[in-house]
Amino acid sequence: MDTFIQQIINGLVLGSIYALVALGYTMVYGILGLINFAHGEVVMIGALTALTVIKLLADSGLPGTVVVLIGLLAAVPVCMALGFTIERIAYRPLRNAPRLAPLITAIGVSIVLQQLAMIFWGRNYHAFPPILPTSSREIGGAHITDVQIVIILLAVAIMAGLMLLVNRTRLGRAMRATAENPQIAGLMGVNINVIISATFLIGSALAAVAGVMVSANYSIAHYHMGFILGLKAFTAAVLGGIGNLPGAMLGGVLLGLIESLGAGYIGDLTGGFLGSHYQDVFAFFVLILVLVFRPSGLMGEKVAERA
Amino acid sequence: MSTDKRRALLGMVLIGVALAILPFIIGKGLGNSWVRVLDFALLYVMLALGLNIVVGFAGLLDLGYIAFYAVGAYLYALLASPHFGLHWPVWAVLPLGALVAGLFGVLLGAPTLRLRGDYLAIVTLGFGEIVRIFINNLNAPVNITNGPQGISQIDPVRIAGVPLSKPLEIFGLTLPSVYLYYYLFLGLTLLVVFVSIRLEDSRIGRAWVAIREDEIAAKACGIDTRNVKLLAFAMGATFGGVAGGLFAGFQEFVSPESFGLMESIMVLCMVVLGGMGHIPGVILGGLLLAILPEALRHGAVPMQQAAFGRVLLDPESLRMLLFGLALIAVMLYRPAGLWPEARRKREFSEKAK
Amino acid sequence: MRFPVKTISLAVASAFIVFGCGKEAPPPPPPKAEQPAAPPAKPAVTVKIGHVAPLTGPQAHLGKDNENGARLAIEEANARKLEIGGAVVTFEFLGEDDQADPKQGTTVAQKLVDAKVNGVIGHLNSGTTIPASKLYADAGIPQISPSATNPKYTQQGFKTAFRVMANDEQQGKVLGDYATKQLAGKKIAIVDDRTAYGQGVADEFEKAAKAGGATIVAREFTNDKATDFAAILTKIKSKKPDLVMYGGMDAQAGPMAQQLKKLGVKSKMIFADGGCTTEFHKLAGDAAEGHYCSLPGYPLDKMPGGKVFMEKYKAKFNVDIQLYAPYAYDAANVMIDAMQRANSVEPAKVLAELPKTAFDGVTARITFDERGDVKDGAITMYQAKGGKWETLETVGGAAPAAAQPAAMGGMSGMSGMGGMSGMTAAPTTAAAPAAPAEKK
Repeated sequence: MDTFIQQIINGLVLGSIYALVALGYTMVYGILGLINFAHGEVVMIGALTALTVIKLLADSGLPGTVVVLIGLLAAVPVCMALGFTIERIAYRPLRNAPRLAPLITAIGVSIVLQQLAMIFWGRNYHAFPPILPTSSREIGGAHITDVQIVIILLAVAIMAGLMLLVNRTRLGRAMRATAENPQIAGLMGVNINVIISATFLIGSALAAVAGVMVSANYSIAHYHMGFILGLKAFTAAVLGGIGNLPGAMLGGVLLGLIESLGAGYIGDLTGGFLGSHYQDVFAFFVLILVLVFRPSGLMGEKVAERA
Repeated sequence: MSTDKRRALLGMVLIGVALAILPFIIGKGLGNSWVRVLDFALLYVMLALGLNIVVGFAGLLDLGYIAFYAVGAYLYALLASPHFGLHWPVWAVLPLGALVAGLFGVLLGAPTLRLRGDYLAIVTLGFGEIVRIFINNLNAPVNITNGPQGISQIDPVRIAGVPLSKPLEIFGLTLPSVYLYYYLFLGLTLLVVFVSIRLEDSRIGRAWVAIREDEIAAKACGIDTRNVKLLAFAMGATFGGVAGGLFAGFQEFVSPESFGLMESIMVLCMVVLGGMGHIPGVILGGLLLAILPEALRHGAVPMQQAAFGRVLLDPESLRMLLFGLALIAVMLYRPAGLWPEARRKREFSEKAK
Repeated sequence: MRFPVKTISLAVASAFIVFGCGKEAPPPPPPKAEQPAAPPAKPAVTVKIGHVAPLTGPQAHLGKDNENGARLAIEEANARKLEIGGAVVTFEFLGEDDQADPKQGTTVAQKLVDAKVNGVIGHLNSGTTIPASKLYADAGIPQISPSATNPKYTQQGFKTAFRVMANDEQQGKVLGDYATKQLAGKKIAIVDDRTAYGQGVADEFEKAAKAGGATIVAREFTNDKATDFAAILTKIKSKKPDLVMYGGMDAQAGPMAQQLKKLGVKSKMIFADGGCTTEFHKLAGDAAEGHYCSLPGYPLDKMPGGKVFMEKYKAKFNVDIQLYAPYAYDAANVMIDAMQRANSVEPAKVLAELPKTAFDGVTARITFDERGDVKDGAITMYQAKGGKWETLETVGGAAPAAAQPAAMGGMSGMSGMGGMSGMTAAPTTAAAPAAPAEKK
C-alpha cells in the first residue's frame, strides 16, 4: 500500500512539473493559436541562469531558500526578455502566415537556443549545489521532499492565479477578446500587440519558475533538458485540451500519474512483457485514445474556448 | 500549369544527366566519402518526397514520419540477415517493406482522421516514438529486433547476383561500392519523383490539395476525405519504407538510434524549407540539408582556423546554429519555402486572411 | 590544409597554453617530415593514424577525452623518432567526429579509407564502430577500438577488428560475480538505459548474478535522457533488493543515486564503466557514498606508466581524464607497437602482427584472443568514499608482472576475495618493491 501511495506522489510531482511547463504552452496557444515549440528551451535557459547565480551564491552563507529565490529572481527577467524577443523576431511577422510557418520558426528558435546554451554553459551536466534540504518527509510510509511539496502547491497556485488573471482582470478580458478575434478586439480598442507581448512575458516568467523547480528537484540541469520536458508538457497540454488552463493542469497531472503508475504496475500486470521501458508508450497511447474520442482534448471545447 | 510542368520535367532531365556523371567528378575530385554523402542525400530526398505527399500535398502535419523509414529498414534487416537466418532477395524485401510501411501509414492515419493540425502533430509524433520504443525493446521476451544492440551483418543489396557492397569491374572501369549504390538510389529516387509528379497531377493529387486548402469544402464537393487522407498517409509511408530498406542494405547495420525524433524533424524541415508541395523545391531542400552539414564539417574547422587561429565553435554546434537560424530566416523571408510552388507563391502574395 | 609548419606549431602551442584543449581544434600535428630527415641517409615516411569519436553532441566530452589519449600516444611516438622498415616514421593524426551516429560513423570511416590511413583508433561507441568496421575490413585497415564494448563488434569475423577494453560480456560477468560473491547479494534489482551499452552490460550481469545464486527481484528500464526515476525506484524499493545494478552512464547514475536516497532506499548501486567517473560524484553529491563501480583494466595510479600518463595528460591538455583516454592511449600504442614488430607500416603486415600483441599498456597487459578481444581482461572494482572512487580490488585478467602486486597492494581492506573464481593468482611478493604501491 505504501508503494501505491508513493507512486501516486511520484505521479503528482512529475505531473505538477509537466503542468508548470504546460501552463506556459497553453497560455500562448490560447491567445495566439500557436504552438510555442521553444517554450521548453526557455525553461532550460531559466534553469541554467538560475543555477549559475545559485552556484555563485552557494558559499555565501545565505540560507538555501534565499539563494534559490535570488536565483529565481535572476532567471525571471532573463526569460521574460527572451520570450519577448522570440515573439517579436520569430512569431510576430508570421502572425498571418499559414500555420506551419510559425511552427517551423519555433523549431528553429528551439535549435538556436539549445546551441547557444551549449556554447555558453558547455556540454556537461550541471549539478545543483546541495543547499536545499534533501531529506524527505515520511507520510504513511511514502517519502516526499520539501521541494516536491512546493512544486505541487506552486502548480496549483499558478493555475489559480492565471485563471483569476484571465477571468477577472482588465488584462484578462483583453486577452480573451484577442483570443476570440484579434481584428475585432483591435477595433474595440485593445492593443493586441501589447496583449500578445504580455502573454509571452507571463508565459516566460512561468517557464523560469518551472526551470528552477525542475533543476532543484532533480539537482541537475543541462542544455538539452528543455526538449524532452517541452515535448512532455506539450503532450500534457494537448491531453487536457490545449488553450485551456485547468486542462493543462489536469493533463499534466494525468500524464504524470500515467507514467508513474504505468512504469510501476503495467509490467507486473502483463507478466513482464510491457515493463517500464514502455513508459512513454503508455503516455502516448492514452493520448491517442483520448484524442480519438475527444478530438480537442479532455477539457477543450469543440470550438476551443480559449483561456 | 503545363508549361510549368514541362519546365519542371526538363529541369529534372538536366539534373538527371548531371547526376549520372556526378559520382565520377565528386569521387575523383573530393574523394569517395563525398559520394557516400551523396548516397545518403538521395535517401533523404526520397524521404522528403514521401513526407511531401502527406504534409505538402494533403496538408497533414506529420512529426513521426521516420517511423516508416524504420519499418522499412527493420523489415529488410530481419528478412536479409543472419539474425533470423533469412536471406530474402532485395526484389522481394523492398516491395514488401513498402507494403508494410504503407499498412503502418494506414494504421497511423485511421485513428487520426478527425484531428486538426496541432493535435495531429502531437499524435503523429507519439506514433513515431511508439514505433521507435517498440523496436528498441522487442528483444525480450522474444527477440525480434535485437533491441538496442541493433542488427548487424545485413545482406548488401544484390542486383542480378552482384552484391553492391564490393567494387564492380565493367568495361575496364572499376566502380566502387558507393558508386553502385549511388546509381541504385538515383534510379529509385527518379522513380519516386516520377510517381510524385504523376500523383500530383492525378484526381487524387487534386483531392489532396483540396483537402489541404479546405477540408469541409472538399467534403462538400464530394471528395471522400477519409479514404483520400488514408491514401496520403499510405503513399507517403510507402516511400519511407523503400528508403528504409535501402538504408539497411547500404549500411548493413541498423539500430534504433538512427530513427529518433530529430530525424523526423529534419525531414520535415527539408520539405518546408524547400517548398511544401513543390517537388523540385522538396528535392532542393533534401539535398541542401543533407549536404550542408557535411560541407560545414569539412569547411568549418579550417575556416575558423584561418580566421581566428583556433576553433571558436566546434563544427557541430555551428552547423546546428546555422541550421536553426536558416529555418527562422527562410520562414520569415520566404514563408512558402526556398522554391515554392507557383500556385502557393500567388496565394502568399495576395493573401490577406 | 598545408600551412607553414611554424604557423601551425605556433597555433597549436598557443592553443594549448592559453585555452587548454577543451576548445582546441584538432589541427593536424605539424608535418615534420623534413625535420626527422635531418640524418641524411634515412628516408622519412609519414604514417596516417585515424581516430574517430563523437566530438559533438551529448558525448562530446568523452570523445574529446579519447582523442586526447590517442593524440598523446601519437605525439610521443613522433618524439621518439621511431624507425620502421629503415625509415624514420612521422605519424600524422587524423581526428574525426562521428557524432555517435551510425550513419556519420560510416561517412567518416569512408573519409579515412579515402585518406588511406594505416590504422584506425576508434570508434568510441559500439553503434558507430560496428557499421564502420565493415568499411575498414573491406579496405584491410587495422582498427582498434578503445571503448566499443558490444560483443558483436569482434564477432563479425573481421580480421581487422580489435579492442583493448573488456567487452560487455566480460565486464557484466565480473560485475555479476562480484555482486553475488563479494557483496553477497541475494536479491538484486537491475535497471538499464535501453542503449546498446547499458542493455548489454545489464543482460550479462543478470546472467552472471543468476548463475551466482541471486534472484533478480526487479528488471526496470529508463532511457539515456531521463532525469526522473521515481516510479521505477519506488517499485524497486518495494522488492527490498540488496543491490541495485544500473547499466548506463553517469548522467543518469548520479541523479538515480540521489533519488534512491530521497526515497529512503538503503541498498547500494553497482554499475560498470559508464558511471565510474568523477562526474558521478558531482551529480550524486553526498548520495554517492558507498556505491560500487567497475573499470576494465588496472587502476591507473597502480600501473607502471599510469601515473606518468596521468601527469602528462593533465600537463598537456589541462583537463582531467574523463573516462576512456587511457584506453585510447593504449590502443594507439598497440597499433604503433605492431608496426614496429612488423617492421612495416603496410596494413597487411601490421595485421599479421596485431594478433601476437603482448603490450604493457597503462590499463593492462594487452593480448588479444582469436577474435580480437582483449584476452582475460582484468577489471577493477571501486567504491565511492568521501567524494572519490576508492580502489577495492582487481579481478580477472592476466596481470602484467610489475603491475600486479601494486594492484593487489592497493586494495583497501576489502575482505572475502579468496573465493573469487576469476581472481588473479596471488602476487609474488618479491616483485612488490619493484613497483611500490602508490596510494592516492
